[in-house]
Amino acid sequence: MRVPISWLNDFVDVSDISADELAERLTLAGLEVTAIERVGDWWDPERIRVGQVLRVEPHPNADRLVLATVDYGAGEPLTVVTGAPNVRPGMKVAFATAGATIINGYSEAREKMVLKPATIRGVRSEGMVLSERELGLSDEHEGILELEPEAPVGTPLRDWLGDTVLEIDILPNIARCMNILGVAREVATLYRRPLRYPPTEWEETGDPIEGKVEIEIQDPRRCHRFVAALIMGVTIGPSPAWMQRRLRLAGMRPINNVVDITNYVMLEVGEPLHAFDYDKLVERARRTGRETPKIIMRQAREGETLVTLDGVERHLTPDDILVTDTAGILSIAGIMGGAETEVTEATRNVLLEAASWDYISIRRTSRRLGIFSEAAARFSRGVHPALALVGDRRAARLMHELAGGTIADGMADNYPAPPPAVTVEFDLDFGERLLGMALDEDEVVDILTRLEFAVERKGDRRLLVTQPDHRLDIHGPADIAEEVARIVGLDKLPSTLMADELPPLRTDRLRELEETVRDLLVNAGLQEIISYALTTPEAEARLRLDGTPRPESEYVRLVNPSSSERRVMRRTLLVSLVEALQRNLTHHDRVAIFEIGRAYLPKPGQQLPDEQLRLGIAVTGPARPPSWLEPQPPHADFFDLKGVIEALCRHLHVAERVRFVPAEHPSLQPGRTAAVELDGRRIGVVGELHPLVREANDLPDRRIAVAEIELQPLLEAVPPTYQVEPVPRYPAIIEDIAVLVPEHTPAADVEAVIREAGGELLRYVELFDVYRGDPLPPGQKSLAYRLHYQAPDRTLTDEEAAQIRGRIVEALRQRLGATIRGAG
Amino acid sequence: MRAELETLKSEALQALEHVQNSKQLAEWRSRFLGKRGALTQLMRRMGQVPPEERPAVGRLANEIKQALEAAYAERAEAIRRAELEETLQRDAVDVTLPGRPPAMGRLHPSTRTLREIERIFADLGFQVYRARDVELDEYNFQLLNIPPHHPARDMQDTFYVDDGGDSESRTVLLRTHTSPGQIHAMREFAAMNPDDPPPVRIILPGMCYRHEQITARSEIQFHQVEGLAVGRRITMADLKGTIEYFVRRMFGPERQLRFRASHFPFTEPSAEVDMDCMLCQGKGCRVCKYTGWLEIMGCGMVHPNVLRNGGYDPERYTGFAFGMGPERIAMLKYGIEDIRYFWQNDLRFLEQF
Ligand SMILES: [Zn+2]
Repeated sequence: MRVPISWLNDFVDVSDISADELAERLTLAGLEVTAIERVGDWWDPERIRVGQVLRVEPHPNADRLVLATVDYGAGEPLTVVTGAPNVRPGMKVAFATAGATIINGYSEAREKMVLKPATIRGVRSEGMVLSERELGLSDEHEGILELEPEAPVGTPLRDWLGDTVLEIDILPNIARCMNILGVAREVATLYRRPLRYPPTEWEETGDPIEGKVEIEIQDPRRCHRFVAALIMGVTIGPSPAWMQRRLRLAGMRPINNVVDITNYVMLEVGEPLHAFDYDKLVERARRTGRETPKIIMRQAREGETLVTLDGVERHLTPDDILVTDTAGILSIAGIMGGAETEVTEATRNVLLEAASWDYISIRRTSRRLGIFSEAAARFSRGVHPALALVGDRRAARLMHELAGGTIADGMADNYPAPPPAVTVEFDLDFGERLLGMALDEDEVVDILTRLEFAVERKGDRRLLVTQPDHRLDIHGPADIAEEVARIVGLDKLPSTLMADELPPLRTDRLRELEETVRDLLVNAGLQEIISYALTTPEAEARLRLDGTPRPESEYVRLVNPSSSERRVMRRTLLVSLVEALQRNLTHHDRVAIFEIGRAYLPKPGQQLPDEQLRLGIAVTGPARPPSWLEPQPPHADFFDLKGVIEALCRHLHVAERVRFVPAEHPSLQPGRTAAVELDGRRIGVVGELHPLVREANDLPDRRIAVAEIELQPLLEAVPPTYQVEPVPRYPAIIEDIAVLVPEHTPAADVEAVIREAGGELLRYVELFDVYRGDPLPPGQKSLAYRLHYQAPDRTLTDEEAAQIRGRIVEALRQRLGATIRGAG
Repeated sequence: MRAELETLKSEALQALEHVQNSKQLAEWRSRFLGKRGALTQLMRRMGQVPPEERPAVGRLANEIKQALEAAYAERAEAIRRAELEETLQRDAVDVTLPGRPPAMGRLHPSTRTLREIERIFADLGFQVYRARDVELDEYNFQLLNIPPHHPARDMQDTFYVDDGGDSESRTVLLRTHTSPGQIHAMREFAAMNPDDPPPVRIILPGMCYRHEQITARSEIQFHQVEGLAVGRRITMADLKGTIEYFVRRMFGPERQLRFRASHFPFTEPSAEVDMDCMLCQGKGCRVCKYTGWLEIMGCGMVHPNVLRNGGYDPERYTGFAFGMGPERIAMLKYGIEDIRYFWQNDLRFLEQF
C-alpha cells in the first residue's frame, strides 16, 4: 500500500520524524516498508515554482497554441507558448523557467531534460507551464497541472507539492492497516503520540432517509452488514486538487468528486464504498411497480450475468454474492459495480453503500473473475463491519463539503450479523514464558490501550483484553503477546540458548547411510546432481524401446502444472540422468554423475504414492580424465559402472548378498545389461543405453552406462557393525590357473566353483585375464585366476596347496566341463 | 721382482686414472686383479724369488693388491655416482607441465549447504526428521492453521495432484514447505507418551514445490530446512539465541541480525530474520537491494492450534519454529545470481564447488 506521509500527518504528527526512521520502525513492527518514494525531491526550487496565469492570448501563427502570461513571484511575469487545453486566466500552475530540469513528456522512456528557451512558431518562450507527466507525478499529459487556488505564488513547487510516499507490504494479519488511519494508529502507538480521527459529523440538514430506501439481506452469513446514506443535490465535477493529488500519490486515478470521495475514504479508513445514482435506482424500482428502491443482498444464480463498470460481461455462479434491486443485479458485492447505476455527470442524488462481506466469499469470486480491485483487495482480507458506518459517515460528510450535497437525516443500516466480541484473558506470566522477556503490566496496558484494545486489569498480573472494532485477527493470548512483542520491539528480546531438556534420541539410520553412499560415490569420482522431480510421460517413454507413454494414471500428475514440460512426477531417475547427459555432452566429453532422489509411484487404492528412494548413475566418455599424458583414455562402459556399484557394495559390507545377473531392460542394450539382486530379489539394473534409445534422446553414438537401484532395501541390508579380521601373519602361496570354458559360461559361475572348492584356505581369488582366439578352439574362452592360499595359524606346505588346487581343478572339470590350461 | 711389482702398481694406478665408466672399470679389474690379471701372473712367478726374500716380496705383493683393491673401490664408487648423476639428468622433466588429473567427484551445492546447516543444528541437539513430498492438504495447510481459502494460501501457490476429485476438494498436493513434517513429527513424539509428551527438537530438510514461473529468481522446486523445538520452557528469546548461533556459525561471527515482526499462519508471534549484507557490510548494494539487509529466514513461536494439532497442549508447552532455503543461502554465500543453475545440472556450474 502507498502511504503519502503528508496524509499520514493528518492523523498523527510525524513532521519531526524522518521518512527513513519511520520506515525502519514500521518495518520492525511488521509493516514492511519496501520502498520510499520521494516525490519532487529533484524539482529545482529556484526554477520550478507555483505560478498564476495572468492572461491567455491567441498565438499569432498557430490555431492550437496560446500565449499564457504567468506570474511566478520572481521578476517580471513571463509569456510562454502552450498547447494545454485547460489553461485559463487566474489558475494556479506549476511553472518552470529556463534551466529547470523536467521530464521530456514526449519521450517514451520519460527521460529528464533541461528546459531551454525556444522560439515556437515565431514567438519566444522563456518557460513552461507543466503537466503532471513533466513533473513525474503521473502519466497525465493532456492538460497542465492545476494547483489549489490557495497555492502561494512564487513558492518553490517542491515545498507545496513535494511529498514522501512509503510503500508498505501489508501481510494478511495486518489487513487492518490497509488504510492511512490504520498505519497512523501503528505510528501513534510506536511513538506514543495522540491519534487524530477524520471528522465524520455534520449538521443534519436533509429529510429523513426513512421511506427512501429499503434494505434486505437474504444471506447474513455472507453479508454481515449493509449501510446506506443518501446525499441529495450533489454537483458532479472534479474533486479538489489536494484530493486528486492524494489519490494519485496513493496510486488511484481521479474521476469525479463523488467517485473520488468513495476511493479517498476507502484509502483513508479502509472501508470500500460504492456510490449509486439514486434516481436510476428509483427509476428501476418504478419499472417493477415500486415507489422506492429496495436493495437486496443475495446469492447469484447459475447463469446470471452482469456488465461491470469496466464494460466486461461477467458470468456469475452461486458462489458470488450480489447487490441487487427489484429490477435486477446492481453489482458484484465487494468487487465491482455494474455500469447501469454508476454515477455520471448527470447524477444529482447519490445512494452511498458501505457494507461488510464474508472475506472467503469475496476472495473466491475475486480470484475466479480475476478482478483484483482495491475494494476486493480489502474485502478479501476481512473488513470489520463497524467500519461500514464510519466509512459511510466520513464519505457523506465529504460529499456535503465538496460536492454540495444535503445529507438525508439518518442512515439505512441493516446489521444482522455483528461479529462476536472477542475478549481474551492475557496472563503476563504466560507472555513472559512465551517470549522469554520480563513484561511490565503498566507498559503492556499502555501498548494495548493505544492499539485501542479495551483492557481490564483482573489483578494477579492478568488482563482481560477486548479486540477493538477495526480488527478481526485476535483469537487467543498468543495474539496479544505478539502485539506486545511487536510494539516493544523484537530487538529488545534477550537472546538465550534453550535450557529445556533434550528430546529422546531418535536416529534416522537410513538417512545417515544415504549420506555415506553420497560420500562413497563422490570418492569414486562421480559428480552429484539434483534434478527436477517433475517431467512428462513422453520424456519417460523416449527411454523405452517401444516408445509408448504409460497411461497418465500411472503417474502422480499435476492438475495445475506451470509448464507442460513439468507436469508429472518422475517414475524413474533415468529420465533425469538422460536430461543431464543431453545438457552436458555438448560441452563435456566425460560425464560421470549420480543422483539420489525419489521416484513417485501411485498405488491403486492409496491416496498418496509410494516415494521410492533411488540411486541413479550415468557414466560415459573417457574412463579417466584425458590429459597430455593420456590423450585418449579407454572409453567407459558397463564395467566402469559395475565397478563403482561393486565398490559401493563392498564399502557398505553388503557385497556378499549382491549379485549381478544377466537381464533385459526396455532402455538397455541386451547382452550388456545386468539386474542387481539383493538376496535374490531384483533391486535395480545396470547396463548400457540401447543404441535406439540413445538415438531417440539425441544422445551421441557411443557407450553410455547407466544404473538405477532402489536404495532402501540396499541400505537396510547394511549390517549395523562388522568384525575386522587380523592381518595374516603367515605367508600366502600364490598361483595362477587358466580355466578354459565354453563362451556362454558366466565368469561368476567359474568363480563360485573355485571359491566353493577352495574352501577356507583359499583366501583370495582374482580374475586377471580373459582370453579368446588362437590357439584356443572357437567358442571357448580362457579365464585366468590368481589364487592365494593361506592359513591363519601356520605356513602352508606345498602339499597342502597342491591338494586345494587339485580340489578346485576337479570341481571345475566336473561341474563346468572346464579344461585347465597349462596346468601340471 | 720387487721392481716389477712396483711398476705394476704404478702402471695399474695410472691406468685407473683413465677409467671413465663401469665397463672400463671391469676391464681394468680383470686386467690387473682378475684371475688372469697382471698381479696374478706376477705372483705365479714367486717360485723364481729366492726363498729368503719370499716373505717380504709376498708381503709387498699383498700390500699392492690391497692398495689396488682400495683404489678400485674408490674409483668404482665415484663412477657409480657419476653414472647415477647422468641417469638422473636424463630423467628430468618439465615440472611446469600439468599433472595427471584424478577423477574427482563433488557433492551438489545444495547437499553441501544442507549438510552444513544440519551439522550446526546437530550441535544444538536437533535431530533430522524427513517426511514425504506428496502430501495431503490437511497436513500442508489445515493442521498448520491454514484453513481453505485462508489469505495465506495466496502466498503459496500450490501444485495440486489429480486425485480424481473435483477442483474444490483437492486433497493431494506437492508440499509447499516442509512444515507438514512438524505435525508428523509432533504426533510421532506425542504418541510415545500422550499424557506427557516428550520435548521435540528436530530439523526438517526436504524438497518443496510451488506453482511459479521458472525465472532467475523463482523456481518450481527448492529445498527448505525447518527447525522445530517444543518443550515446557521454550521461549522466543531461545529462538533468537538459536538463530543467532546458527547465522554466526554459517556466515561468520561478525554478522548482525535484525528480527522484524511478520506473519505466518502457523506461528504467533512471527518474525522475519534479516542479516547484515556480507557483500557490502551493510552499506547497501545490488544484492541487498540497497537496504544493507538480507532476508534469510522466517520464524516464530508455534501457534497454539498447531501445537494442539500435534498433540501438545498449548497451556503446558511452547515451541519455536524457523524455516530457511538452502539454495538462497548458497546463492548468498557463493554469489550465485540465477537460481535455475541448481537443477539444470550443468557440470560447468557444479564443478566449481
Ligand atoms: Zn549489500
